[in-house]
Amino acid sequence: MITKENYAKEIKKYQPKPKLFKNCLKAFIVGGLICVVGQALSVMYIELFGFTEKSAGNPTVTTLILISALLTGFGVYDRLGQFAGAGSAVPVTGFANSITSAALEHKSEGIVLGVATNMFKLAGSVIVFGTISAYLVGMIRYLVQQFL
Amino acid sequence: MFMDFFWAFVVGGLICVIGQILLDVFKLTPAHVMSSFVVAGAVLDGFNLYDKLIEFAGAGATVPITSFGHSLLHGAMAQAEEHGFIGIAIGIFQLTSAGIASAILFGFLVALIFKPKG
Amino acid sequence: MKTGKQSWMYNQGVFVQASAAVTGPKEYQGPLGQTFDYSYENLHCDEKNWESAERALLKKSVDICMSKTNIREDAIDLFISGDLLNQNVSSNYVAREIPSSFLCVFGACSTSMEGLAIGASLIDSGNCKNVLASTSSHYSTAERQFRYPTEYGGQKPDTATSTVTGAGTILINGEASDIQVEGATIGKVIDYGMSDPLDMGSAMAPAAADTIVQHMKDFGRKPEDYDLILTGDLSSVGTPIVKKMTEQSGYDIEGVHRDCGLMIYHSNQQVFSGGSGCACSAVVTYGYILQQLKKNNLKKVLIIATGALLSPTVVQQKETIPCIAHAVVLKRADA
Repeated sequence: MITKENYAKEIKKYQPKPKLFKNCLKAFIVGGLICVVGQALSVMYIELFGFTEKSAGNPTVTTLILISALLTGFGVYDRLGQFAGAGSAVPVTGFANSITSAALEHKSEGIVLGVATNMFKLAGSVIVFGTISAYLVGMIRYLVQQFL
Repeated sequence: MFMDFFWAFVVGGLICVIGQILLDVFKLTPAHVMSSFVVAGAVLDGFNLYDKLIEFAGAGATVPITSFGHSLLHGAMAQAEEHGFIGIAIGIFQLTSAGIASAILFGFLVALIFKPKG
Repeated sequence: MKTGKQSWMYNQGVFVQASAAVTGPKEYQGPLGQTFDYSYENLHCDEKNWESAERALLKKSVDICMSKTNIREDAIDLFISGDLLNQNVSSNYVAREIPSSFLCVFGACSTSMEGLAIGASLIDSGNCKNVLASTSSHYSTAERQFRYPTEYGGQKPDTATSTVTGAGTILINGEASDIQVEGATIGKVIDYGMSDPLDMGSAMAPAAADTIVQHMKDFGRKPEDYDLILTGDLSSVGTPIVKKMTEQSGYDIEGVHRDCGLMIYHSNQQVFSGGSGCACSAVVTYGYILQQLKKNNLKKVLIIATGALLSPTVVQQKETIPCIAHAVVLKRADA
C-alpha cells in the first residue's frame, strides 16, 4: 500500500537507478583520455616550443580551454557530458564548458547583461571556493611556518 | 614516456570516477562536486601532497579541476614567503591567471560567434 | 453543474470546433509526427532566440486552429493560455496580437486541461460563446530556466524527462459538433515530499492518481467506461506508480491507461524517461486524440494533464515539489 508517509520508499522500485559501474567506467575512460591529451600537449610544448616541465602547464591548460570552448560552441560538449558525466566535468575542460555555455546561452540578452553578467553563473562557485580554501590553508601554513 | 601517458590516464580517470560517485551515489550537483574538488586540491596541497601526485601522474593531476585549488595555494604561498600575510592576497591568482583569463576570453569569443544549438 | 466534490458537468453542451498541434523537429520524428498540423524543421523555429521560438509555436497553433473554422477572430470572446516561462510571457506576448479578452493561467504542465476546463465552464454558464484555449512549451526555454544552459555538459539521470517543443490550441463553443467536452475534474495540490526536479514522474504521480480517483467517484464511473485514460507527462517512472496508486483505491486503469510523455517520442530518441512540458499533453490531445475521436476509433477519453508546480529558486531552498492534475472528458457527441 503506497501512502504519503512511505511514498519515497515504496516507489524506489519504479525509479531507474543510475548505472553506477557503467557511468564510472565511462567517466574513467573519457576523463583519462582528456588527461592524456593534456599530457600530449605538454610534451609538445616542452619538445617543440622549449617550455620546461613546470612552465608547460599554462599553455597546456589554455589549449584545453580553447578546445573545450570550441566544442561547446559547436554543440558537442553537452553530448559528451551526457555520455561521460564527471569524466568531462572534472577536467579543466568542464570548467571552460560551464563558462562558455552560460555565456552563450545568455547571448540573447545582450553582451553586457547577458554574456558578461552570466558568464560565471556556474563556474563562479569553483573560483569562490578555490579562493576561500586556498586563503585559509595558506594562512594556516604561513602561521605554522612562522611560529613552529 | 609511455608510462607518463599511462599514469596520466589512470590517475586522471580515477579522479573523474570519484566525481562520478559523488554525483550518482551522494547525489551532489555538479557545482557541489566541482567546489569540493577545488577545496580538496587546496587542502592536499596544504600538506604538500598534490605536488607528489603531479610528479607521478603529470597531466593526470594537472588537468582535473583539483589542480586549480593547488595552483591557487601555490601562488599564494610563493608571495607569502616574500610579503607575509598580504602576499597571500597578492599571489593567489598568480599561477591560475592564464587559465581564468583564457576561459573568459575564449568563452566570450565563442558566445559572440556561435548560437546555442539546444 | 457541480458534480460530486471536485467535478463539473457541462450540461448545456460544449463542443470542439477546431484544434491545432504545432511542434519542433524532434516531435516530428516521433511516432505521432504525422498527426501534427505543423512541425518546424529547426529548434529555433526560424527565430533568433528560444523565447521567441516558443512564441512562434504558440502563435502558429492559434493561427492554424483559427484557419480551420469560419469563426472570425473578433468573434472569439476569450483567449485562455499559459506556459512555463517566467510570468507566462509566451502567452502574454501572443495575446497582444489577439483581439479578445484574455485570461492567463498557470498550472505548469497541467495548463492544457486547466485552460480547457475553465473555457468549457464559461461556455456552459453562458458567459462566453467562443473560447480559444492554448498552451506551449519549448525544450530550450525550459532547460535554461529550470536547469542549465543548453550547451552545458551536465549528465542527466534516467528519471529525467525531455521537454516537448510545441504548442496546442483548441476552439470550443456551444454549437454541436462531432466531439463534446463532457465534464472536468479540477485537482487539488498534492505534495508527497519528492524534491528531485530531475524526477518529475515520481512527484506528479500521486496528484494524477488523486484526480483520477476523485473523477471516478464524482461521476460514479469505472475506468472501463473510457476507451482511454490519458495522463500528461508521467513518463516511464510515474506511469507504473499511478497505476499502482489508482489500483489500491479500487480503480484498475491498467487496460486503458496511456501516457502522452511515452507516446510522443520513440524510445531511441534520447529523451530519458519520456516527454514532458505543457505542450506534451496539448499536442498529443489536440492532434492525435481528437483525430481518433473524429474517426470514431475512440469514443470517450479522460485526459489528465499533470503539472509540477516548482521553481528553480524554491527547489534550491530545499522545498519539495507540489503537484496538480486536472482531468477533462472528451467524447463523441453521438456516444
